[in-house]
Formats: sequence, C-alpha cells, structure tokens
Amino acid sequence: MSIFNLFLKSVFVDNMIFAYFLGMCSYLAVSKTVKTSAGLGLAVTFVLVVTVPVNYLINKYLLSSGALAWISPRFATVDLSFLTYILFIAIIAAIVQILEMIIETFTPSLHSALGIFLPLIAVNCAILGCSLFMQERNFSNVGEAAVFGLGSGIGWLLAIVAIAAIREKLRYSKIPKALEGVGISFIITGLMGIAFMAFMGIKL
Amino acid sequence: MNVKKLLIEPLRKTNPVTVLVLGICSCLAVTAKLKPALVMGVSVTVVTALSNFIISLLRKGIPNRIRIIVQLLVVSTLVILVDQFLKAFAYDVSKQLSVYVGLIITNCIIMGRLEAFALSHGPGESFLDGLGNGLGYSLILIIVAFFRELLGSGTLLGYQIIPQSWYEAGYQNNGLMILPPMALIVIGIVMWINNSKTESK
Repeated sequence: MSIFNLFLKSVFVDNMIFAYFLGMCSYLAVSKTVKTSAGLGLAVTFVLVVTVPVNYLINKYLLSSGALAWISPRFATVDLSFLTYILFIAIIAAIVQILEMIIETFTPSLHSALGIFLPLIAVNCAILGCSLFMQERNFSNVGEAAVFGLGSGIGWLLAIVAIAAIREKLRYSKIPKALEGVGISFIITGLMGIAFMAFMGIKL
Repeated sequence: MNVKKLLIEPLRKTNPVTVLVLGICSCLAVTAKLKPALVMGVSVTVVTALSNFIISLLRKGIPNRIRIIVQLLVVSTLVILVDQFLKAFAYDVSKQLSVYVGLIITNCIIMGRLEAFALSHGPGESFLDGLGNGLGYSLILIIVAFFRELLGSGTLLGYQIIPQSWYEAGYQNNGLMILPPMALIVIGIVMWINNSKTESK
C-alpha cells in the first residue's frame, strides 16, 4: 500500500471517531466552539505524529516476540508483548510531558493556543488506540507508522471541527428538552458516521 | 457507609455513561453483539472496583504532582491481568474485543472515579463505588448490545430469537444496526429516555 493511500485511508475510511469511536470523551466535551476544538484537534494530531512512530520502534525492537535478538541471540525467544499496555501508556505520558516543555520554550504562541489540552491528551483514548492499531496492523517501516499517525490525527481534527460547527448552529434550533446537549450530539455523530461510511466501499 | 446508595445510584441517577458521559469510546465499539459487551462490562467493573480500592489504600502516600502517572500504572497493571486472563480463558472474545481491552486503561470512568472518589474516601467505600459505577456502565452496554444484536442479527448471545417462520414470511434483519454509527444513535435514544424520565420526577 502506498503512503498516500495509507494517508487517505486513515483520514476517511478508518476515521478514528466515526469508525472506531476513539477519543469520544474529549470529542463531546470540547466541541462547543470551532476555535477550541480546532486547537484540541491540532494538539492530538501533533501528539499522534510523534507517539505512533516512537511506539512502533519500541514495539519492533523491544516488545514483539523475538524482538530482543538484536542484543544477543540468546534473547531471541523472549516475548515481552504482555508489557505492551504499560509501556505504551508510559511512553505516551512521557512524550506528552516533553512536548509540552518543548513547545512552551520554543513557541509560546502555540503553547497558549493549545493551552490546557496538551496534558489532558495523555489520557485520550485516540492516542493509545492509534498505537494499539499500529501494533495490530504490522506496518513495514517507521515512515508508514508516522503517516498512519498523521492521517488518524487529521481525521480526528476533521471530525471534531465538523461537529463543533454543527453544534454552534444547533443553538438556534428547537430540540426536545431531554435530548439537548450530549444526546443530540450523539445522534448527529451517528448520522455523520453514516455519511462517512460512503468511503468504506473505496478499496485503496 | 451507605452500601445501597453507593451501589444503586450509579445505575440510573448518576450513571457514568448516560448522565456523566464518561467512557463512551469502548461503550460503543463493543456493542454489536451481546457477548463481547457482557465480557467488556465485567472487565471494566473488575478494573474500576480494584483500581479504586488500590488507589484508595495508597492515597495518603501518593504525592499530588505525580498522581496521574501512579494511577495510570495501577490501572494498566490491572488491565494487563484482565487481558492475559481473557486470552487464556476466552480467546475468541478477546480477539473480537481486540484493542478495546487495552483501551480500558484510558477509559474515563476509571480515571474519573479515581480522581473524584478514591482519593478522598476509604478503601471499602471506594471499592463499592467502583463496583457501582462499573455496573452502571455494564447496564448501558447490555441495553445497547441487546437491541443491536436482536434487531441487527435476530440473535441474542448467538442463539436465534426471531423465529424462522418470520424470515420465511419476509422479515429481514436490519443490517444497519450492526454498523458502527447506529451505536451512537441507539445510545442517544437511551439518553433521551433516561433524561425525560428523571426530569418528570
């Protein structure tokens, strides 16, 4: 699969929100205005582009069965894959922390734009989910993993900006009292998901 | 210690999914069939109850600044145990759940309960609170999965429920219910019903 196809597939076909429901919590909580949701989407994309390749390397050279053979042939039978979750989440938390410090020192304007979202991203399921999907799909090199991370991030950004735009307009419509807020957002997301399923027939 | 209140309230009044809107991600993805939904519900309940208990025991020793990391480590250790257990005893279900078992770690219900309850209450109460919230989550999972499997495949837990004569008379399974977007719509409707009931009281 070429890199470009992989990118398109992860943005539209395997969209993190509409196909896998990852990162729904922040998707619902932060999608009240377009501006903040774009900020969060950007932060998620940014973190995904960094964490997925790093976790790919960790998985390839440390976790998968026989991965330790590069240290010495004696380790060729060691299988550490049961440590996946704990190592991935630790790496993600660490990278988010480091990224925050780097952004704060070098580009304060971006830091103030992303604001409080950065530290929260460590517990966003889209990030961990993307790393776990990467592990499941056996990408052949680190570039593919990075493109997958970028595509998934942009897909997520697209989804959250779209729902935020709809919710801004929704303020002017009459919704049954009990359905207001989160309830109607669910149903709208479902309808958007059905629209996005049109991409599923495309074989890339 | 009010056992009944801790266990019963999260089922309806403060339900983590429909009222507090936490833990949605996994809730939607595993509900196409009833069986994975049941397994997922049990796993989340176990992890929530035990992690609440452990963090509550540790709460006086954890420095405030690094508490998130400590919580993540405790939760991911528990999730690894659950994952290994499922792989050993229920392999096909664990294949079906795929990455969503791992995603229990970032399930907001768990982090939410740890932050809001376990850090300020004793171990016994925290355990019950975790149990109650896990059950509230499972309840919604089961309701959604029940309708999606019944309407989508005409089965429950893999057994055929819709009689064969209906199919011969022209009844068709609603394939739309199996697709991911319908999970969102079903849960939206569940919320609607739940909210309108609690409001009218």
